[in-house]
Amino acid sequence: MEILRGIAVGPGIAIGEAVVLDAEDFRIPCRSVARAAVEQEREKFQQAVEGSIGELERQTQWLLGNLGREAANVFAWHIGVLKDAKLQQGILRHIQEKAYSAAYATSTVMREYQRRFLQMSDPLLVERIRDVRDIERRLLRNILGDTREDLAHLTKPAVLIAHDLTPTQTAQLADTLVTGVALDVGGATSHTAILLHSWGRPSVIGLNDVSTRLSGGDTVIIDAVNQLVIANPDETTLNEYRRQESNYTRLAAELDTLRDLPSITRDGESVHLLSNVEFPHEARTSLAKGAEGVGLFRTEFLFLQPSGFPSEEDQYRAYLETVRAMQGRPVTIRTFDLGADKYTQEKRYEHERNPMLGLRSIRYSLANVGMFKTQLRAILRAAVEGEVRLMFPLLMSLMEFRQAKMTLHDAMEDLEEAGIPYRRELPVGIMLETPAAAIQVKEFCREVDFISIGTNDLLQYLVAVDRGNEEVSRFYDPSHPALLRTLADVMSACTKAGRDCSLCGEMAGSPLYALFLLGIGLRSFSMAPANIPEIKKLIRLATVAQARRVARRALTFETERQVTSYLREETRKLLPEDPI
Amino acid sequence: MNSSCSCEVEVVNAQGMHARPVMKFVDLASQFESEVTVRNVSRRGEDLDGKSAMHLMLLDAAQGAKLRISASGADAGAAVEALAALVRDGFGMSEGA
Repeated sequence: MEILRGIAVGPGIAIGEAVVLDAEDFRIPCRSVARAAVEQEREKFQQAVEGSIGELERQTQWLLGNLGREAANVFAWHIGVLKDAKLQQGILRHIQEKAYSAAYATSTVMREYQRRFLQMSDPLLVERIRDVRDIERRLLRNILGDTREDLAHLTKPAVLIAHDLTPTQTAQLADTLVTGVALDVGGATSHTAILLHSWGRPSVIGLNDVSTRLSGGDTVIIDAVNQLVIANPDETTLNEYRRQESNYTRLAAELDTLRDLPSITRDGESVHLLSNVEFPHEARTSLAKGAEGVGLFRTEFLFLQPSGFPSEEDQYRAYLETVRAMQGRPVTIRTFDLGADKYTQEKRYEHERNPMLGLRSIRYSLANVGMFKTQLRAILRAAVEGEVRLMFPLLMSLMEFRQAKMTLHDAMEDLEEAGIPYRRELPVGIMLETPAAAIQVKEFCREVDFISIGTNDLLQYLVAVDRGNEEVSRFYDPSHPALLRTLADVMSACTKAGRDCSLCGEMAGSPLYALFLLGIGLRSFSMAPANIPEIKKLIRLATVAQARRVARRALTFETERQVTSYLREETRKLLPEDPI
Repeated sequence: MNSSCSCEVEVVNAQGMHARPVMKFVDLASQFESEVTVRNVSRRGEDLDGKSAMHLMLLDAAQGAKLRISASGADAGAAVEALAALVRDGFGMSEGA
């Protein structure tokens, strides 16, 4: 038995037989060909180019229909490269002059380009190596025919182990029998991670050498709950995980029956359960899970397209798609949260020394007013067709809020002058994520229409811990008494001021904290769609009176550990069967 | 009549020369008969083929980078003028093209 630790993407547990894709993807059968065969190799290459372009065009259509425009856009540049005359000439010259086989010439030239991308200063460009590899593989597959394991041809469910997956491979997982994924490479903001996330099955990435440690046919457990991959588990472990897996499946089925029931406590208090969504197509998932609205629509996905800055029309279409999908339910759109760990557009010549404290989020938007205004225009236009609320992230002072509102008014005036329809009256609020905003919550309450607490960043700034840094991530604990107290203070200020307050950090989707949050007065929880049914189940079993008692007691503890064990105990009383 | 012509412009759009700007540049450059090359002056880079999607990505040109666009051929002047305008315009990325 071997246990590897990585970064989880997606929910749950998958158990299965391993299919391993090795890092050296293709074995090139021959390096050079007889002179007489040169013409044939040239033709083979040209047919592979045609074939690859055809595949990509079909795939783009499929993606447009199934994952939306942003996913489809990833491949526009791939088509451009395949049509690139310079590149084709380079490969054809290798075939002609050196009598290389089509496959070998393609591989040689594409690897040379991969090396050049490696030297780029812009990290987003370095990411392009993966796209170049993807193009190389596609060409090779077209030249050599499909000689290796093709995921689409799996005849029984399997767990996929690989060094890395290209965006193309990842986007196609939904059409295969793959039940879970483990990768050597990591990086939560890579295209692959984002596509894995929207695939929605358990994956663990950043495992360093899983693809060389495991062999095809090994029994593998992908545990995305505990961020583990377990190879060839012993009997006891395997049985334990089989039990958990079937529990998980049974609970998920049971929870789905809650979809159409109201989220209301036993003593009659209504609680709003909203969803956090990353892509427009997730709005439909939200409805399937019973969300009453979108509490946090992250807009950074627009930067997923390899292309660069999303135009106003791109944005307008994406926002509109989401607003329409929610059929009149409220949608809170957060303006770009760029910088720091997000698709950073690290287009700086010098990297920030401390990006989490640097030009990120609302600061980035206010420093790039043109970009910001474009986004605001797109939101204002989409708001015509639904209940849109506008949210600014990471404010640390009222001045920032006022400045952002001024930009909003400018955007409105521009639209007015241009005679473009938009919504003038829309609630404007903030995501409360800095200790400064938490301390000044009363002042913010006087100026904002609503507050949404972003506990992920709030906790990180409160305890000064980067949770992505494995040396210190164990100190990042939402049970920290300082966070609980801050949340209680913010809630009480909002309640007094009559301000709508919701919580959209990961805490909102964790059953462990639901009673506490309910007890301090939270009535609006926004979370990943998959978490909604479980939180609803818990709320339907709880009473406000009991939650208040739990919250009061939780606030008396001095350490994280005491808080966690107390909350676990109280939650288990309500959900004895669920893993808390 | 053959001629050559060049001009220096600054990349103004937020994302720099990423995939979509690259494709726009290639599409426009390909409409001209002249040979087009682009060099990232800020990085003292080499001349890269302005009609190649792969080469333009290798420019490594972020926002603020200075590019020298050169063309030689019958329509060199028009090519440089049109391409420079595209870059200066931020590739039309902010006005919903």
